[in-house]
Amino acid sequence: MTAKENELIVSTSPHIKDEESTTRIMWAVSLSLLPAFFMGVYFFGPKALFITALCMLISVLSEYVMQKLSGKKITITDGSAVLTGLLLGLNMPPSLLSINPFTIHIPVIGAIVAIIITKQLFGGIGYNIFNPALIGRAFVLISFPKAMTIWSEPTAAFFALDAKTTATPLGILKEEGITRLIEVFGDKSNLYAQLFLGYRAGSIGETSVLALLIGAAFLLYKRYITWHIPLSYLATSALLAWIFGGKNPLTGNIAFFTGDPIVHLLSGGLILGAFFMATDYVTSPSIRRGQIVFGTGCGILTMLIRIKGGYPEGVMFAILLMNCFTPLIDRAMRSEVFGSIRKKEL
Amino acid sequence: MTRATFKGGIHPPDNKALTADRSIEKAGVPMRVVMHMSQHIGAPCKPVVSIYQDVKKGELIGEPTAFVSSPIHSSVSGKVIAISEFPSITGKMINSVVIENNGKEEWAELKEDPDYENLSVDELREKIKTAGIVGMGGAAFPTLVKLSPPKEKTIDTVIINGAECEPYLTADYRMMIEEPDEIIEGLKIIMKILNVERGFIGIEDNKPLAVEAMSRAALRTKGIKVKSLEVKYPQGAEKMLIKSITGRKVPPKGLPMDVKVVVQNVGTALAVYEAVRYGRPLIERVVTVTGEGIKRPANLKVRIGTLISDLVTQCCSLKENASKIIAGGPMMGFALSSLDVPVTKGTSGILALTDDKVEESGEFEPCIRCGRCIDICPMGLMPSMLSIYSEKGFYEETKSYNIFDCFECGSCAFVCPSKRPIVQLVRLAKSQVKP
Repeated sequence: MTAKENELIVSTSPHIKDEESTTRIMWAVSLSLLPAFFMGVYFFGPKALFITALCMLISVLSEYVMQKLSGKKITITDGSAVLTGLLLGLNMPPSLLSINPFTIHIPVIGAIVAIIITKQLFGGIGYNIFNPALIGRAFVLISFPKAMTIWSEPTAAFFALDAKTTATPLGILKEEGITRLIEVFGDKSNLYAQLFLGYRAGSIGETSVLALLIGAAFLLYKRYITWHIPLSYLATSALLAWIFGGKNPLTGNIAFFTGDPIVHLLSGGLILGAFFMATDYVTSPSIRRGQIVFGTGCGILTMLIRIKGGYPEGVMFAILLMNCFTPLIDRAMRSEVFGSIRKKEL
Repeated sequence: MTRATFKGGIHPPDNKALTADRSIEKAGVPMRVVMHMSQHIGAPCKPVVSIYQDVKKGELIGEPTAFVSSPIHSSVSGKVIAISEFPSITGKMINSVVIENNGKEEWAELKEDPDYENLSVDELREKIKTAGIVGMGGAAFPTLVKLSPPKEKTIDTVIINGAECEPYLTADYRMMIEEPDEIIEGLKIIMKILNVERGFIGIEDNKPLAVEAMSRAALRTKGIKVKSLEVKYPQGAEKMLIKSITGRKVPPKGLPMDVKVVVQNVGTALAVYEAVRYGRPLIERVVTVTGEGIKRPANLKVRIGTLISDLVTQCCSLKENASKIIAGGPMMGFALSSLDVPVTKGTSGILALTDDKVEESGEFEPCIRCGRCIDICPMGLMPSMLSIYSEKGFYEETKSYNIFDCFECGSCAFVCPSKRPIVQLVRLAKSQVKP
């Protein structure tokens, strides 16, 4: 008894803790992206696998080197760098390597910018203002616009190294209109089905809505994310797509309330963005009410860029712009203390 | 029966099965007791005995010196052998009277009152005052003070707190099963003192036997109802309990009486009955001795002043892998550095955690702003921001995030995936700024 007493551990309450850990969350989110990753590899072949793996490798390496150089604790096993690399890879066009072998520098630069500039220079995990993977992608998109906007057709043939290049559904929608888009896919129901399953051009991990929803369902079920951001984001996008997304085929002006919200939801990176990028803990508001504001903002900006902007796709810029507002939203929508009288009750 | 609850809260594994089926047994009579002169919130007592003086069981040994204070009685018959400072559960040195037991178990004269139902309110208050009753849920607030609200505050509801939401503890649970009628009598006395018609007993859903026993006991009395509550920590926190049962919200910095409610613990109600009916002062209480690290977990009726080491010995001592001993529950209790400290009126449990349950990492990770702590904070605070500001030394800023509304239930630190010591950081900030 007395011998034991000297070994008693003394610390303050609470003395029990939940099993959940940051590491577990990061790996779980990475796991939830695997269906989309496999579909990307299935559709676009080994180069998709190579690009994603390269992004992950360089991300982890960048984190290691940066932490080593700055004398910080090495945290590459916490899964956050792996996740950033994975997300970056899934956001890359699969045709990158078809242009010429030297385009290999694009994922490398993207990963370095994501980890070193966006994350580590701001203080590492928890301190970055912007989503690292999205900044990485934005940087290479602006730096190498041509290579980053050449898209290939999904071949579903694993070893077809030279896929045919084509436009993304959103590209067709923007340049040639909805009638042409339906024409390309045959009919409307076929268009929806193909978009849902992922038989379309696009970034490696964004095309298969089905695969993404499987991962999202897992995250929602395990409560790693909640509905607040994805639902407000998707609902706002759909609503705006319906109101402003239609065009008068004769005049080319906006024909109100004629847009096709389903095409907008199923194309581009909206599903990937809404469930996996906009929900990034560090760069989105922590307060639930604030998350709805954040998601709504993402939806408005996405549709503004898609319909009025110069890019056919707006998810990346929309989320990055809303990232700026996250601290403001959290500050403005501070939670109310239990028992305090709300303004409206006064 | 409706399932009442509040917003927020957590679901820690409750581990109550270790002792839930163990009837309350009398603990062995200690050879000596250390009676702290401060076993309650408020002014410490002044010893009224001198060294080598003989005292009887139930004899007054410490006298209150202020309104918020409560007298202390000897829990054994014997001789005073020391009056000096002794360490308490928290490690603080507290003036104490040490009494060596002579084994005679002689009671000081007790005034029984079979006719207590006809006593006046003032007489009832006097009995509770002289019995030295304090809140037995943990905070040890003098009961008389709670039963003497200022004139301008009307009270219309009394709630008996049988939630016992802390994992591992089963003392209140066993009392409700074994002495439901006495608890109801205690509640009736409290209701009479406060001139209240409405009484509730709030019990968590995971204690169906207690709900059943208390409901049966409550049947005979009009105005008293058992409310079954959602199993959730901290359901037993006063403000949460009041919200769950009455729907009323105690305002920030307010007290239960601001919403016309008085809350008393199950053990307190029982002590009130025993004081009024038998004139018995508060000299013993039920303590759950439990945890994976103890060989024979039990619910014990323990004399106040018994050393925790004696209790542990009585429960066949610690297992080899026991590495942390806690006074109270795992969420809000104190880790002990020594077992040679006494049980006080507020000690509800002794918990021995084993190596595998104790995770001690000095290092913690940055906040990833996942918002889990905000979701579960029963007080509607933003623990993440409090911890970030405190960690960086911006203590003043924590005030704009209502740091003083935090009652340190520990839910945030429990759910934090980065294992941040949020409660510690909150305490640090609280100590650095004025409210």
